[in-house]
Amino acid sequence: MTAQNPVVSMTDISISFPGVKALDGVDFRLFPGEVHSLMGENGAGKSTLIKALTGVYSVDSGRMTLAGADVAFSGPADALRAGISTVYQEVNLLPNLTVAENILLGREPRRFGGIDWRAMRKRAKELLTGLHLDVDPGSLLGDHSLAVQQLVAIGRAIDVEAKVVILDEPTSSLDADEVAELFRVIRDLKSSGVAILFVSHFLDQVYEISDRLTVLRNGKLVGEYRPEELLRIDLVQKMIGKDIAVLDDLERRTHSAQSGGDLDGERPIVSAIGLGRKGAIEPLDLDVYEGEVVGIAGLLGSGRTELARILSGVDRPDAGELRVDGVSRRFRTPRAALSARIAYSSENRRAEGIVDELSIRDNIALALQADKGWFRRIPKKRQDELAASYISALNIRPANPDALVRNLSGGNQQKVLLARWLAVAPRLLILDEPTRGIDVGAKAEIQKLVANLAENGMSVVFISAELEEVLRLSNRIAIMRDRRLVADIDNDDLSVDSLLAVIADGSVTSGATS
Amino acid sequence: MSSILTHRLFWPVVMLLVLFAINLVAFPGFFVIEVKDGHLFGSLVDIVRNGAPTLIIAVGMTLVIATRGIDLSVGAICAISGAVACSILLGSPNPGSVGTVVTAVVVAVVISLVLGVWNGFLVAVFGVQPIIATLILMTAGRGVAMLITEGQILTVNSPPFKVIGSGFLFGIPVAVLIAALIFTAAAVLTRRTALGMLIESVGINPEASRQAGVRSRGLLFTVYTFSALCAAIAGLVLTSNQTAADANNTGLFIELDAILAVVIGGTSLAGGRYSLAGTLVGALVIQTLVTTVYTVGIPPIATMVFKAAVVTAVCLLQSPTTNAVIASWRKPIAARFRKATV
Repeated sequence: MTAQNPVVSMTDISISFPGVKALDGVDFRLFPGEVHSLMGENGAGKSTLIKALTGVYSVDSGRMTLAGADVAFSGPADALRAGISTVYQEVNLLPNLTVAENILLGREPRRFGGIDWRAMRKRAKELLTGLHLDVDPGSLLGDHSLAVQQLVAIGRAIDVEAKVVILDEPTSSLDADEVAELFRVIRDLKSSGVAILFVSHFLDQVYEISDRLTVLRNGKLVGEYRPEELLRIDLVQKMIGKDIAVLDDLERRTHSAQSGGDLDGERPIVSAIGLGRKGAIEPLDLDVYEGEVVGIAGLLGSGRTELARILSGVDRPDAGELRVDGVSRRFRTPRAALSARIAYSSENRRAEGIVDELSIRDNIALALQADKGWFRRIPKKRQDELAASYISALNIRPANPDALVRNLSGGNQQKVLLARWLAVAPRLLILDEPTRGIDVGAKAEIQKLVANLAENGMSVVFISAELEEVLRLSNRIAIMRDRRLVADIDNDDLSVDSLLAVIADGSVTSGATS
Repeated sequence: MSSILTHRLFWPVVMLLVLFAINLVAFPGFFVIEVKDGHLFGSLVDIVRNGAPTLIIAVGMTLVIATRGIDLSVGAICAISGAVACSILLGSPNPGSVGTVVTAVVVAVVISLVLGVWNGFLVAVFGVQPIIATLILMTAGRGVAMLITEGQILTVNSPPFKVIGSGFLFGIPVAVLIAALIFTAAAVLTRRTALGMLIESVGINPEASRQAGVRSRGLLFTVYTFSALCAAIAGLVLTSNQTAADANNTGLFIELDAILAVVIGGTSLAGGRYSLAGTLVGALVIQTLVTTVYTVGIPPIATMVFKAAVVTAVCLLQSPTTNAVIASWRKPIAARFRKATV
């Protein structure tokens, strides 16, 4: 393979943003017919490197060649014309257009000066069939699940006779079958000579699909490796730059907390009694006690998020009641829930979480300030203290409270969001997918934080698609299936397999409490 | 150097200076400010005084735009406010007394506040798109003003009322003092409290703000009511200066000037981060333009075209594309400079 010439070669690439050196002299090569994974923590510079390659950012210095010729793209459209096609982490398609329109947007087949709708639908159908996706090209994209939308995005990317296809976190919202489907598509592409740049936080997937790995850390190149020559533990250490004993420590502590977690006779902080909402969740009962981590497991669309939104006043229930400290409460707004010190961190970080054009400091202070009202401004000095303490406690980078949150990586944005909720000192913190799309290091930090918070008496409802994570952190696990709560089990001797069995069958064989 | 070039007030300020330079060439006495009878006189003073109503309205408009909104009704509210004040003065047996003038001003302001609450109600409670919600009052408002004036131009003779638009205090035009007061009040109120940050937050991401417990409904009521208050005061200044309420022409197109001032000042119509200082520069640019038309001797019929040309220039200079081009010019120069020093 080394005899071959790389299709993409980037040499000594540097890019800076105000207050951040995003890439610092990074080299990267991509050969035809290989899957090359780009690895690194959040803020390591993966997204920046991709955006440099696709012309979204212009590089400050360094050299970039495509098929041997020097290139400098003026924008994504330019890169696309040169054969570099990208599927971004968060689906960048238009939900209000049809599947066919999304796939062929900007390169619609023409006829008599207008769009040839029939040819368009036919072409889209061919592509979808190639992806083994049974979807009507005339249906609206927004009516489909995120997984289907992701595959449509890939369909769009491969339609352009791409030499290079970039897949940035394509699997973060896919289930196992869909991932297998995607990998089959990737292997097809690879055998046809396309070079694939793959980014994923799932190490299993990276090892399964990659021919080569490049590791970045803090905007610098750590090295280029072959997966068969690099143990996973070594890879993780190269990514986070320190050893990961923290995780073992975490596990030990959670389990010691569990053994002391005999909660009989105590009154729950929050209890849902027959709580439901049409089209969201069927009426269900759930109790959350002080200092307890309740994990919520279930597939995408099982009602996990809907439950969280109802508990936190984001959506209103239409059945049952919600009691806080034994008193029936009706939260008409998130504000009402916040004043009862129940905070909800949305899974949709960009649309419902961060306020991207405000600074880190403002984002952290937002909920606390909103609670105080506009007139009683938190003094500047107090805001600075607040920002400084969370920046250091959560290791937020850049450690500059004036940096706009827009310029932060996904993991750091998530930490800023967590800091916002922690600043209001909630009694119940509902975390919806707090570790989605973020790297091993930040993930471990957030998990450790959750364990610490619970140890200090805060209750946490922890929602995650990653069952390992739910198992590691939770004292108790509630399992959702088809918008129903099917089990509420103490986390004593549960395993991923036993959880999967409940999720799949909807019945509990052992360990049921309520 | 680069921080000055990329500062969002760079081009508006450059534009203002260019306009000043043009005026200076056409009229060498442009920068001269004299004291006559204890009052300040001069072209610059005229610009600031004549620009006061636009600035006052633009301050309110800035906050509305920061919430992703827009207020098209301000011109109509100017007309209503002036019509109410003048009809009270004319209906009074003693229009020259300070008490009557105070009554007229207070009633005009209160009625305008009610109109602002109406705008806020449509936007915040019913979720009507701001451009539509305020369009209602933009068109209906002039009709209301017509009903109040009964279709007449109400000319008033009231010395205390005349002071608002054309009087002087400590040698400074009262209109300028009022504008300065409104500007300072808005700056202090939004930046010394958390109002500004919360307004920006709602403008940038309404749903995230809602989930963080921000009461956006109250904020929207506040900004639309404040905008109406600004419009009412601007209307009084205009009416007082003309000594007449004209339902058809008072504040005509002033909403467009105010929006332009906000945009020239670098606040995006998409909402979010706003700059009151930018709005100040924007309002000055617009008024200086009008003055330039006279000093340079452009025929009045060409005023609108000239104004459009200058505004187009400013907007093009501020556009992201232009900034990218400028950045690409700068980079090689900076790189050469770096190499030279190494």
